[in-house]
Amino acid sequence: MLKLIGIKKTFNPGTVNEKRALVGVDLTLNEGDFVTVIGGNGAGKSTTLNAIAGVWPVDEGEIIIDGVNVTRLPEYKRAKYLGRVFQDPMTGTAASMQIEENLALASRRGLPRTLKSGINAAERERYKDKLKILDLGLEDRLTTKVGLLSGGQRQALTLLMATLKKPKLLLLDEHTAALDPKTAAKVLEATDKIIARDNLTAIMITHNMKDAIAHGNRLIMMHEGRIIYDVSGEEKSRLHVSDLLQKFEQVSGDEFANDRMMLA
Amino acid sequence: MNIGSLINALPGACAQGLIWGIMAIGVYITYKILDLADLTVDGTMCTGGAVCVMMMLSGHSLPVSLICAFLVGMLAGLVTGVLHTAMGIPAILAGILTQLGLYSINLRIMLGKANQAINVNNYPLIVSLRNIRGVPIYKNAIFVVLIFVVVIIAILYWFFGTELGCAIRATGSNPNMSRAQGINTDLNKILGLMLSNGLVALASALLAQYQGFVDVNMGRGAIVIGLAAVIIGQVLFGKFARNFAFKLAAVALGAIIYYLVLQFVLWLGLNANDLKLLSATVVAIFLAIPYLKKKYFTKVKKGGSGNA
Repeated sequence: MLKLIGIKKTFNPGTVNEKRALVGVDLTLNEGDFVTVIGGNGAGKSTTLNAIAGVWPVDEGEIIIDGVNVTRLPEYKRAKYLGRVFQDPMTGTAASMQIEENLALASRRGLPRTLKSGINAAERERYKDKLKILDLGLEDRLTTKVGLLSGGQRQALTLLMATLKKPKLLLLDEHTAALDPKTAAKVLEATDKIIARDNLTAIMITHNMKDAIAHGNRLIMMHEGRIIYDVSGEEKSRLHVSDLLQKFEQVSGDEFANDRMMLA
Repeated sequence: MNIGSLINALPGACAQGLIWGIMAIGVYITYKILDLADLTVDGTMCTGGAVCVMMMLSGHSLPVSLICAFLVGMLAGLVTGVLHTAMGIPAILAGILTQLGLYSINLRIMLGKANQAINVNNYPLIVSLRNIRGVPIYKNAIFVVLIFVVVIIAILYWFFGTELGCAIRATGSNPNMSRAQGINTDLNKILGLMLSNGLVALASALLAQYQGFVDVNMGRGAIVIGLAAVIIGQVLFGKFARNFAFKLAAVALGAIIYYLVLQFVLWLGLNANDLKLLSATVVAIFLAIPYLKKKYFTKVKKGGSGNA
């Protein structure tokens, strides 16, 4: 479903702020894979998702979604294949527009925007049913401006918008990190439910190792712009947080050793 | 100071205010919906009039001249839009560049003269300051412009409810989200700028007919008048105007109030040369109020009782 081949990206090349964010990411996702991604700050997790989404062009490599090479497509054209939920609850929705208008925009992802009415009565009924799944009472507030919702509600709505039109690939960029624990659990539960129901292929970045183990069928760890650990199926389900911590220490320990060798 | 002369001036101020209301609705599209400050309008506020007057002087019909004014305005918006999106020039600067270029173009359209007159007695003008009093209602300038305003609001109300209109609104509200939902934000910004400048040019064409001439400087400071109308409308009617059509109507009303106040301060004896300074001051104050309110007048709640 997704194929990343040798993705490289350097920000601010040739300046003092040069940052080699991705140094060769290879990843193949099969249909129905639900991958959780962990890694320290600056490991390249979000950068990888942004590369797939086309926020900026990559320096090197190929991105193939469902057999289509999208490496050179602009962000808005790739949106056809992708559902995205961001870390910041403000990013995924249009605050000055109503809940139903936001949903209507999302349901037309990948379609040309014509002079037909932006939303119709049949859609409204459908959105009501969909909003019920979130269990936040939003189904009775279709014409409320999204800016009046809480962060958790906006994030749940963004999740719904990302999956309203079945995406080839769902990209979740720490979408529960900015929420309080209770709301985060609720949004995560809704995420699981929707992914299972629609049999979606998904990538979820998280800082929470427990979540990374508990969700999905595959787990990858990133470090310094590359994937250093990739585990799936039976092996993944036997993982413990301590295993991941050990793995983390191992990587950063190596790095430490390298630094020492350099000094010597 | 004779109260009669003030009252005499009011219908004219209303008509002029309504014409500027159309212009302000154009500004509303860029400033409020697209969240762009577009200074192109200072140029298009002359271009529309120039195109319309020169075409009518050379024998074209009124509808054709008005439509051409609208189209040329859209073209100016297209230039600003391309400079901004495809060339990466900040929106304000892109607008200033187009506006500056338009000054020369406006002079070219007007065959090198700084102004061109058109006489209502010899040409079938749709509005004129001569048709304010003592004419049948269908000829009355206020009535005619009012029809324009109502039709424009109705069309915009429909348009911004369509898929395309919603995409433009989403682009202004949250460009990141829009791209994630497959909306070509660059294209939508261009479309919004074109629509806005088309309306401004149409207002310009009406204003030139109303005053009986087009002047190369008639658009100077137009953006400030447009913003003033938008802000006055929002401050006075914002609480009642929840519906989009009412919001646009509030902008038009804001423009009328602006002109009525203007007429009033002139009547009080203000030097007409000081008007622009007054307008700039008023708009600056109204733009600053929300910021200052937030900074100095936000009430900080006293600590919760639970921690005492």
